[in-house]
Amino acid sequence: MSAESVPKHPMRHLSDKAITRLRSGAELADLNGTRYRLIGQVARGGMGVVYAAEDQLLQRRVALKVLDVSGSEGELANRLMREARVLALLEHPGIVPVHEVGTLADGSVFYTMKFVEGKRLDQHIESVDSTPDRLRIFVRICDAVAFAHDRGVLHRDLKPANVMVGPFGEVLVMDWGLAKILADVSGAEPNRDGDSIPRLPADGNDGNSSGTLHGRVMGTPGYMSPEQASGKIELMDARSDIFSLGAILRYLLTERLPAGPSSQRARALDAICAKACALEREDRYAAVQDLAADVSRYLDGLAVSAHRESIFDKLARFYRQYRFFIWLIAAYLLMRVLLIVVVKH
Amino acid sequence: MNKILLGLLIGATLGAVDGCTAWFYPEVRAQLAGIIVGSTIKGLIAGVAAGIFARKVNSILLGIIFGLAVGFVLAFLVAYMQHDHYIAIILPGSIVGLIVGYATQKYGATPATAR
Repeated sequence: MSAESVPKHPMRHLSDKAITRLRSGAELADLNGTRYRLIGQVARGGMGVVYAAEDQLLQRRVALKVLDVSGSEGELANRLMREARVLALLEHPGIVPVHEVGTLADGSVFYTMKFVEGKRLDQHIESVDSTPDRLRIFVRICDAVAFAHDRGVLHRDLKPANVMVGPFGEVLVMDWGLAKILADVSGAEPNRDGDSIPRLPADGNDGNSSGTLHGRVMGTPGYMSPEQASGKIELMDARSDIFSLGAILRYLLTERLPAGPSSQRARALDAICAKACALEREDRYAAVQDLAADVSRYLDGLAVSAHRESIFDKLARFYRQYRFFIWLIAAYLLMRVLLIVVVKH
Repeated sequence: MNKILLGLLIGATLGAVDGCTAWFYPEVRAQLAGIIVGSTIKGLIAGVAAGIFARKVNSILLGIIFGLAVGFVLAFLVAYMQHDHYIAIILPGSIVGLIVGYATQKYGATPATAR
C-alpha cells in the first residue's frame, strides 16, 4: 500500500473520561419498552443494581432493581423474582412496598419499588445523639421484622446498611434478597385476628427456593447468628433474626454516641443485647415482639425482663421515674413540719 | 391506673396526712378523728376534681393551677367555717391540691377515645 492510500484524517483518541462515560452508559439498564425512564444508578449489590427511575405513567420516582446479568432464567433471576414476591407479601409501613415486576428488552428481570429518599441507618445515626431516639428507631425496625415473622418470612440479612430512615423519620427495612419463607403453607391462611393472610410456599430446609444451600454462608459477618454463620440453615428461625437485631441494637448503643446512659441503665441495655445475641438460640428472646417490648419498657423507665434488678436498682429506677413527684411530697412534708414549728413558737 | 383513681388515692392519702398533723395542736386534739376524716374527704374531692380535669385538659401547668385553686377553695371553706387557723389550713390544703394536680397530669392512664 502506498503512502497516498492511507486515509488523510488523523486517528482520534478518546480521553479516559469519555471512555468511562461511555462504559457507564453501556452498563446502564435499557428500559426501552417499559414505562420507566432511567434517572441514575443508586446502588450496586451482589445480585443486581438499583436505579432511580421515573414512572412516566404515574409521574413519580421509583427505585428499579434489575439483575446484573441478562435473562429471566437462572438462580439469580429466580431469587430477584422471589424477593419481589416476598416484598409484595409484606405490606407494612416499615417495609418498602413493591410496585411491579417485569422483564426488560434484554430479558433481565426487574422489579420496581418505592423510592426511599433517606439515609441508611449507619449514616443517619451520625445525627442522632440521644439514646432514647436511637432506641425508638430500633423499636420500629423490630415492628417491621415482627410483622415479617408473623407472615412467616425471615430476613436473614438484618444490618444497619439494610435499614433506611426517611426525611420524616420513617424507618424502612430493605433488601429482602436473602429472605427465607418459614411457613409451610400455600395460599391464604387466617392470622390471629381471623384475617386471611396470603403466604408463599415455604422454603425447604435445604433452602433451594431461596437460593441458599445447606453449608453455604450468606449474610453479613458481625450480624449473622452462629447458626447462619456456620451454614446450618435448617436451624434458622425467628431467633436468628433476633440475633441480628441484637447486633444492630449494640451498634446503635455504641456507634458515635456522645454520652451513653448511666451505668445502671446501661446494664439493662447490655442485658437486652446479651439476651438477643446469645450464642444458643434457646437463650435468646423467643419472638421479636419480646425484644421490642423490653426496649420499650426500658424507654418507659420500667424493669426489663432480660435484667434481674437488685433492690437498690429498683429503688433507683423508682426514684428516676417519679423524681419530681417525690421532691414535691418531700417539700410538702417539710412545709408541714415548718408550719407546726412556727405555730408552736 | 386511671387519672381519677390516681387523684382519688393521692388526694385521700395526703388529706389524711394533713389531718393527722392536727395532733400537734393540743387545742384541737380532741377532735382529731373528725379532722382526719374531713381532711381526707377534702383531699379526695380535690383529687377526683383534678383527675377529671386531667382527662379533659392535657397541660401540666393548667393542671397545677386547677389543683391549687380547688385545694385553696376547699381549704378556705373549712377555715372559714372554723374562723381560725387560716394559714395552717389553707396553705397545706392548697399545696395538696397542687401536688394532686401535677400528679394527675403527669401520671395515670387516659382512657382510649371511644370510636
